[in-house]
Amino acid sequence: MTLRTKRSRRKLTLVACYGILLLFVVFFLFPPYWMAITSLKTNQEIEGLKGIPLIIQEGVTFQHYRDLFEKTDFLIYFKNSVLVTVPVVFISMLISVLAAYALSRLGFLGAGVIGTVVFLVYLVPDSLLFIPLFKIIGMLGLLNSKWSLVLVYPTLIVPFCTWLLIGYFASIPKELDEAALVDGANHVQMLVWIFLPVAVPGIIAATIFAFTVSWSGFLYPLAFLFSSDQQVLTTGTVTSLIKGDVYHWGGLMAGAVLACLPPVLLYVFLMDYYISGLTSGSTKG
Amino acid sequence: MSPTTTIDVAAAARAHPARLRLGRRLRSRSAIGVLMCLPLILLIGGLVGYPFFYSIYLSLLNKRETAFVGLANFRYLLTVDTFWMVFQMSFLYTGLAVLWKAILGLTLAVVINTLPGRGQRIWRGLSLIPWVMPLALSSLGWWWIYEPTHSALNWILALLGISPKPWLSDPSWAKFSVILVNIWYGTPFFMITYLAGLKSIPNELFESSAIDGASAWQRLRFITLPMLKNIIAITVLFSTIVTLATFDIIRILTRGGPRQSTHVFGTYAFELGIATGDVPLGAAVSLFMFPILAVCAFFILRGIRRSTM
Repeated sequence: MTLRTKRSRRKLTLVACYGILLLFVVFFLFPPYWMAITSLKTNQEIEGLKGIPLIIQEGVTFQHYRDLFEKTDFLIYFKNSVLVTVPVVFISMLISVLAAYALSRLGFLGAGVIGTVVFLVYLVPDSLLFIPLFKIIGMLGLLNSKWSLVLVYPTLIVPFCTWLLIGYFASIPKELDEAALVDGANHVQMLVWIFLPVAVPGIIAATIFAFTVSWSGFLYPLAFLFSSDQQVLTTGTVTSLIKGDVYHWGGLMAGAVLACLPPVLLYVFLMDYYISGLTSGSTKG
Repeated sequence: MSPTTTIDVAAAARAHPARLRLGRRLRSRSAIGVLMCLPLILLIGGLVGYPFFYSIYLSLLNKRETAFVGLANFRYLLTVDTFWMVFQMSFLYTGLAVLWKAILGLTLAVVINTLPGRGQRIWRGLSLIPWVMPLALSSLGWWWIYEPTHSALNWILALLGISPKPWLSDPSWAKFSVILVNIWYGTPFFMITYLAGLKSIPNELFESSAIDGASAWQRLRFITLPMLKNIIAITVLFSTIVTLATFDIIRILTRGGPRQSTHVFGTYAFELGIATGDVPLGAAVSLFMFPILAVCAFFILRGIRRSTM
């Protein structure tokens, strides 16, 4: 094979690659694009059947967003989502960090078993246990309270975060903690002053995961919450913004776009941490 | 680090009194270890372990939860036509969605890996967007895309001269539609794990095979796939669990309709257990998922143990 044919073959391969990629990206990005432009169209344009629906033809309007704040409970949903997510992230991270430190450093009887159980619990999906949890939440008197989510969401988050952090902690050289122990540091000091700073990328990845799971949860709030003032963004947008038989697509999509924004922005700015968290399972484990 | 070494050291400390202090120190270490794991143990025991056994107990009760009826709920479900449709749909959905996610994810990963280094980041970043959006909200977006008269999909079909399709109101099309959304959502996850796997294959393997004159197809068939075998298996099993447990997409797009044709275990359990209030029957429907999940979990665990050893 001459150099020239080799080069032109490489060029041909690249052209084919970009062609395939373009198809994929159109498929992946069309739904968010369609949601975004619908939220900016006037009702007449959405209802009307003339022209090309794939672009905004009759001018951009922010009316749907304004209505969302002024005429619906959207802000309450948003506030509830924040009120649930902040403690969920904090509690989940606290439990995960403590457990990951103990499981990766303080070899004790049963540590191996706990590690395996944690991994198995990570594989338990929410649709397996929502019915007994519904009863348990009822017994605790937390039905129709957003705080029930603070109780149940950590079960979906802690196993993965613990597992992720064990990987990060395990990569810290053992000599470091021996030196600290000789200097008289106790385990809490060692965790706070040595492990956490070294494992910052892992902590960030785990925090992003915790935030995303808590923000996106749908089944538990749908099962546990009924009244509008307790809804979080996912259930509030899906159930309460749909009124009657006429769907207000513009308003609905405006709500969905705003609700998607926090996790998507987090992803855009912290992409590398996000991906390292996502792939640590397949590369480390 | 493993429990056996702890025991060995403790035994050694007992044998040599001079090492007693080390033994005491280790014992206090394991006490601290258990203490630090306590929140985790309480969380998993109280909100995963207990609910699991409680759901088995619930599934053995009558509708009003006043009497023990043994396996009557499970036996009853097996006589209901709708439940057999749920069974079929769950397997159709999981099988087709996982298959296509694996194929498309691998294609995308290989294609991105072929690009020059700098471009990879952008394309990888764009491809992950469906996975990042909360699924309940993107399902809402798809619901609007599938709307038959005012929305995009049928308009595009008309442009191509194809007659409009009843995306969500005809049983067969509804099945297709919900599976498509799952493929849209899950392909990025496959892509990202496969891409990480591709990066771990030593480049020399490809270079030497290129010198030997192997074609691109041969490289894929005899280097990439065998090297990725374990990652492919783990990802497929993992996705089988998540896909079988699907809820958001179907609940939002079809609510199990039209005529119960798109219900899966999760949505049917919700319909029975929460919406109509037959908690024991709903719990029984959920539990039908468990054997499949357990088998997948067993093989995932085995695969991971094998790859780390």
